[in-house]
Amino acid sequence: MDLRSDIHAPLSPADDPLRLTGRRLPRWAPVGALAVALLVGLFVQLTQVTVLGLAPVVVVVLVFLLTYTGWTLAVEGRRHAADRFATALIFSAAILALVPLLWILVTVIYKGVTVLSVNFLFVDTMRNVNPRAAGGGVAHAVLGTLQQVGLATLISVPIGLLTAIYLSEYGRGRLARSINFFVDVMTGIPSIVAGMFIYTFWILTLGFPQSGFAAGLALTILMIPVVVRSAEEMLRIVPNELREGALALGIPKYRVIIKVVLPTAISGIITGVMLAIARVTGETAPLLLTTFLAQDINWNAFDGSQASLPTFIWDQIGRGTQSSLDRAWAGALTLILIVLFFYATARILAARYAPKER
Amino acid sequence: MSLLTPPQITGTAVRPGDRNFRFTTTVAGIAVLGVLAAIAAFLVWQSIPALQNNTGNVFTNQQWLPDADPPEWGIAVLIFGTLWTSLIAMVLAVPIGIGTALFITFYAPRRIARTLGFVVDLLAAVPSIIFGLWGLYYFMPQIVPAAQWLSTYLGWIPFFSNDLDLYTKSILIAGFVLAIMILPTVSAISREVFWQVPKGHIEASLALGATRWEMIRMSVLPFSRPGMISAAMLGLGRALGETIAVALILSAVFEINWQITEPGGNSIAANIALKWGEAAANGRSALIATGMALFFITLLVNMTARWVVNRRRDFSGAN
Amino acid sequence: MPSAHRVSKRVIALGVVASALVISGCGSSTSVNPAIPAAEAAVAAGDVECVDGRIQAAGSSAQANAITQWVNVYQTACPQSTIDYQPVGSGAGVEAFLSEQVSFAGTDSAVEDEDMDAAIKRCGGDPAINIPLVGGAIAVVYHLDGVDSLILDPPTLAAIFSSEITRWDDPAIVALNPDAELPDAAIAQFHRSDSSGTTANFSDYLEATAPDAWDYDTGKEWTAPGGQGARGSDQVSASVAQTPNSIGYVELSYLIDAINTKPVAIDQGGGPVPPTAQNASITLASSTASGENGNIVLAIDYTTTVPNAYPISIVTYEIVCTTGLPDSQNPALVAEFLAFAASNSGQELLGQIGYVPLSGDLLAEVRASVDLVMKGAGR
Repeated sequence: MDLRSDIHAPLSPADDPLRLTGRRLPRWAPVGALAVALLVGLFVQLTQVTVLGLAPVVVVVLVFLLTYTGWTLAVEGRRHAADRFATALIFSAAILALVPLLWILVTVIYKGVTVLSVNFLFVDTMRNVNPRAAGGGVAHAVLGTLQQVGLATLISVPIGLLTAIYLSEYGRGRLARSINFFVDVMTGIPSIVAGMFIYTFWILTLGFPQSGFAAGLALTILMIPVVVRSAEEMLRIVPNELREGALALGIPKYRVIIKVVLPTAISGIITGVMLAIARVTGETAPLLLTTFLAQDINWNAFDGSQASLPTFIWDQIGRGTQSSLDRAWAGALTLILIVLFFYATARILAARYAPKER
Repeated sequence: MSLLTPPQITGTAVRPGDRNFRFTTTVAGIAVLGVLAAIAAFLVWQSIPALQNNTGNVFTNQQWLPDADPPEWGIAVLIFGTLWTSLIAMVLAVPIGIGTALFITFYAPRRIARTLGFVVDLLAAVPSIIFGLWGLYYFMPQIVPAAQWLSTYLGWIPFFSNDLDLYTKSILIAGFVLAIMILPTVSAISREVFWQVPKGHIEASLALGATRWEMIRMSVLPFSRPGMISAAMLGLGRALGETIAVALILSAVFEINWQITEPGGNSIAANIALKWGEAAANGRSALIATGMALFFITLLVNMTARWVVNRRRDFSGAN
Repeated sequence: MPSAHRVSKRVIALGVVASALVISGCGSSTSVNPAIPAAEAAVAAGDVECVDGRIQAAGSSAQANAITQWVNVYQTACPQSTIDYQPVGSGAGVEAFLSEQVSFAGTDSAVEDEDMDAAIKRCGGDPAINIPLVGGAIAVVYHLDGVDSLILDPPTLAAIFSSEITRWDDPAIVALNPDAELPDAAIAQFHRSDSSGTTANFSDYLEATAPDAWDYDTGKEWTAPGGQGARGSDQVSASVAQTPNSIGYVELSYLIDAINTKPVAIDQGGGPVPPTAQNASITLASSTASGENGNIVLAIDYTTTVPNAYPISIVTYEIVCTTGLPDSQNPALVAEFLAFAASNSGQELLGQIGYVPLSGDLLAEVRASVDLVMKGAGR
């Protein structure tokens, strides 16, 4: 940068007529500003001097922003000050966005592991468990959740996949456009509304009892749009050359779709289904309206009360004793493990098979 | 498409397999529309009894006594509470969500960007009952000092004031938790929108000597504004319908409460969860009526948001 | 008749011992919880008669823990029986009973009028009856550091809960508690934000005892101005525990684990009475029952001045068919379960977990009603 500085030794960089860049802060400037801020924070912490009642952490952040921006303003000018200020804010936003997830995961694991055990997960139910006593388990709730989500998957995947095929392979014109639009809109339906619909339709109007299957139906409503959207996206990125090649061989279009297009997109579709499952597994609100809580294993999702993990947690919170709260946390850990399992599987599949990103 | 159709050597007959398959997929597509229509129809139908025998004005009454004789109830309190908590969630989540998206798209190295994107998306997979549990027992005690600070130093702004000197279970705390819940939605959609900004615009502004922020301000943000608006609205849609977390965290009272640092507030979805079990026939019908209102509000919000996004997609011919 | 069998006392005793052995021997083979308090094993042998099969019941969450306790003991003695009680709330429970989804329902207030007509229809035209099985009390709890006992009378209570009295050093409170060091602080008042039978009973009590101070609606929804809502008694209890200078109302059983929280003694002329199961039981025994043909609707004498009678007492009911419950819903198991609940052992269990055992004439009447159900089931 300062090529000529050995020739014109007294000339400062700012005065150099051939210099293209303005004066810059040293590379360690952010660290320096942070150090200053931390020192001030330490001072506040130690002396208990409070400025406007602000907590030391907040003081650190504010002092950092002030020093860093002010310093840039003095050295580099207004434009660069704005740039650095914005950069600092954007970095803070990204760091802030990380906090809740870590906090929640740590809390749930920390509170959940004390009760969690193999028996809690797979063997014990709440049959004969006193609300005040420790013990019991979630075997019945895990079973219920798996059955309900399984039923929802069984119903929503065919409908969703066929709809996606229609949208990507056949649909043209107004009908396709409106299906496309309303599928997007459906992704935003509140889950309690889905539960309420199944309650009014399946239970009030058709007269069926509350059951695991009714819960599955409510979850279906929530799953379908997610499946359609992801499957359609996957079908659309199947290269047209594949379709054309197969069609050119005289293969009927439906066989092209089933034998060529679907297999090509299948990993992506499975990923989408897994994500949809992960999304509905933790839904609580629709289950409160469509199932009855059960304390015991019920293998029959079509008759009688059936437990599920979310309603188990809800029930245990409401019982209001320390041991029931412990069970609620262990149930929460179980639920989050199941959801993360689906989610991680989906992501691993996606990462392995997905086409290159931009 | 006609280019892709195979030349019809054997005449014009459509293969029955093709016709059936096409028919099946079309039926599935129409079924999806049918479900949406059925939701609207059944909610309206089942809420009619309570709407008919309501002695209060459904829009202005501030009581919830649908099982009393005569029934008297209204949704003003619920709609106000729903909008107010969601608004606070938006104010918190939209800047942070967009900031995160900008960081991931334009600042972070590729590896970090991908990890961060994954982590923020993971937040969307956390069930709402866990947000509620965590919010009630762990987040609330930590955030109370912030609420106290707001009411002490900004109490002269009407809705920050706190006459009760109680700071738990407030609209602010519910808004905070909702903000965390909608953060992934806002961030993911903004990210998608930022990806769509033509590379040419970005490179052109950088080539003209713009700083990174100037590049973002002058070429990314103007291009993405409609997309960001719909990202915010989709987040709003999610916040409006959130049930369990709000039901667990908010101290529900049936009155209009502007004071966001005080306990109290309500929302349509939380009210349903709280009143469902003890409601008799007419009470349920009234709750279904509020659910119908929620359905149409979220439908409107989502439709507007999608309409904006789609319009953008159709006309973004820049790339 | 579903596979019902009478078991001799000796067999029952053997069964209890055997299941205890099973529990201690290989706990993982059954889902029976080993941590059931020892008291439950001490069920008088004649009080449990086993009927195999499964029934569903649903209703009031206020009596959930009581029914859970009965169910646990009954199922331990009768491993072939399952009673599935779902605490979904009184409204949902009664609704499920009327639509024939459950064999009986628990409800905080007696089923009457149109609902009773529907219940009779549901029982095939035969009588349906309310049986008060679970007694309870509502404790007014407060959190005042340094104040170990607090006495309030109904007008003051009503004024506090309707935000007429807003400070702890209000003359009305000071007059009742001359020795207590009441702080110069605002009262943080908590009520239930969900619909609840507890709210209904508490507001009924205020209306009956302090009509001048309380002019708000009674019912499951809290309608008085001011105060904070909390979901469920557990959250009211937790809120009071967390919030200094607060007051709230919860079921008696929530006092057992409560920290920082003390019950208010109520004085309505007969001297201050703290909420205990015993004191509430006195009120229930002196209340008047109405209803015919086995139907029992209890009118609690809230204004009682009987010494040591705690006035804010409640009962919750089971709504059942006397006859006419279809065999598929196992009337024999319903009858035997109710008989166990009304037995001495069943009622004693209640006292251990913060509910109020029934006694005296009322218990005799309840047993007469249960006998009707037994007859209807051919037992």
